[in-house]
Amino acid sequence: MTPRALFTSLSVLLVGLFCASLLIGPAGLGIGESLTALIAGEDDPLALVMQEIRLPRAILGALIGVSLGLAGAAMQGYLRNPLAEPGLIGVSGSAALGAVLALQTGVAASFALALPLSGLAGAVIGVLLILMLAGPRGSSMTLILAGIAISALAGALTALVLNLSPNPFATSEIVFWMMGSLADRSMSHVWLAGPIMLVGWGMISLTARTLDALTLGEDATSALGLSLTATRLWLVLGVAASVGAATSVAGAIGFVGLVVPHLMRPLVGARPARLLWASALGGASMVLAADIAVRLVLPDRDLKLGVLMALVGAPLFLHLIYKTRREFA
Amino acid sequence: MSVFVRRSDPHILAAVAALLIWAGAAMADAPKRVVSINLCTDQLAMMLAAPGQLVSVSYLARDRRSSAMADLAEGYPVNRGLAEDVFLLKPDLVLTGDHTTPATVAMLERLGVRVERFSLATDFDQIADRLRQMGRALGREAMGAAAAARFEADVAGLQSDAGQRMARRAALYYANGYTSGDDTLAGHILAAAGLANIASELGMPAGGSLALETLVMAGPDALITAERFEGHSRSEDILNHGVLRRVAESAARSTTNANWVCGTPHVLSAIEGLRE
Repeated sequence: MTPRALFTSLSVLLVGLFCASLLIGPAGLGIGESLTALIAGEDDPLALVMQEIRLPRAILGALIGVSLGLAGAAMQGYLRNPLAEPGLIGVSGSAALGAVLALQTGVAASFALALPLSGLAGAVIGVLLILMLAGPRGSSMTLILAGIAISALAGALTALVLNLSPNPFATSEIVFWMMGSLADRSMSHVWLAGPIMLVGWGMISLTARTLDALTLGEDATSALGLSLTATRLWLVLGVAASVGAATSVAGAIGFVGLVVPHLMRPLVGARPARLLWASALGGASMVLAADIAVRLVLPDRDLKLGVLMALVGAPLFLHLIYKTRREFA
Repeated sequence: MSVFVRRSDPHILAAVAALLIWAGAAMADAPKRVVSINLCTDQLAMMLAAPGQLVSVSYLARDRRSSAMADLAEGYPVNRGLAEDVFLLKPDLVLTGDHTTPATVAMLERLGVRVERFSLATDFDQIADRLRQMGRALGREAMGAAAAARFEADVAGLQSDAGQRMARRAALYYANGYTSGDDTLAGHILAAAGLANIASELGMPAGGSLALETLVMAGPDALITAERFEGHSRSEDILNHGVLRRVAESAARSTTNANWVCGTPHVLSAIEGLRE
């Protein structure tokens, strides 16, 4: 498939899923009246539902999907390891810890962007720990072991903070922070997380050329005059900003960054730079599709997005493990 | 208790004698060290216990958000409802709700402590029943009966003029998008205040999850949400959702308080609060 055809079909898919996300919900509204209310409605209940409930959910789904797909593709390109994924290696988990700490200590209420920035700070620590423990070009084994350790630690600390909260509901929300959900998010969450995610995308896109060159090896990359140090910096900050902001409003949604680049790789001819935008569009479609499925399968239960993603992602993960096992055999 | 008896009626005489013997036995039986480990039994016991009879209430009884008698509870030592800390108080009666951890209750019973369970009261008749039950349990039956009778009279007084205003529709909306239906205590408080509950329009007599968009489409005249707890929770985030503020622009907004939590005569204040 040519890049142009791929871009067009992914965009069409994304727009279709975005519209579907706007049209599906428990209130069961007609298509025509919903769209009219979305664009022209003022102050009647229908317009409120479309503009204040469904629109932010669809926008957040798309933004978070782009962030996770992009972060997964960039990390896999940089580490040259198909198992690198923000959820799996503990970056989402440490972002969730940062966000939970900010919320429970009250820092989140101190200034406007405190919440997503705390998520970002958590994610930076997660990424740096991974790079330190697994190293660039670390084997799949060290990467996964480091990831398990960081995920477990971040998860335990998140649970601890929520357990200690004076709020009686907080403990039951451990599931939300570990599984993620877009239910009942509002426009304020879009404004909170959106700008930081956009900045993160920008930083990740700066790494595209180096990621392409890295397929030839580190020496060749340096010979081309591309700085690995600068790339690492943009990558760490970019991944942390997009994953951190996404996680701080929707919890840790796993497997998107693993599944999407894996699905896109054969379509882009294994070019890391091209994989970036393909995974961004694919990630957005995947999260929107999963969020629509969550509403269709168990409409009253707030089925967690992460549960569905894990059901799709885990078999693929097993497949990848099976393939990489041969490296060690 | 004053009873006038004609000397010539042996049946009544026998009955009175039996009653006196029974009452005497009840006095002797009346528990001397009572510990309550449930927020609602805490309040019923504080209303009816003799001075010095109630030795401890649960720590929740001092929490202003859930306890309508928090000030009074300051005067009692508190417990955390764990079998060990309750047993060390050497109680001869422990008061629990029907949702108290079964392991704790079983442990106390195994240790030979009498445990009296009080089921959740979900309507006004049950509140009167619980008052009588508490009176009996504490060996203060007359006081329990009197409190129940006073409560029943107050409710009857309130309900006589509730009927006319049922045209206004209210929505109860709590953390996690949960709502209470007509068959709950909150539902009965609404009805007594002359408000119709939108949960019953939507076919949820016991309550349940109400999607935010279903609530908006129902367009209630009054929106009653829960008070927020300290610390942050995503469950309560929904009460800050922009769309609820927009709904509240065209509806009266109020919050529930400690008077809504337990089936005690304090629900009368909740009803009064709603009417204003």
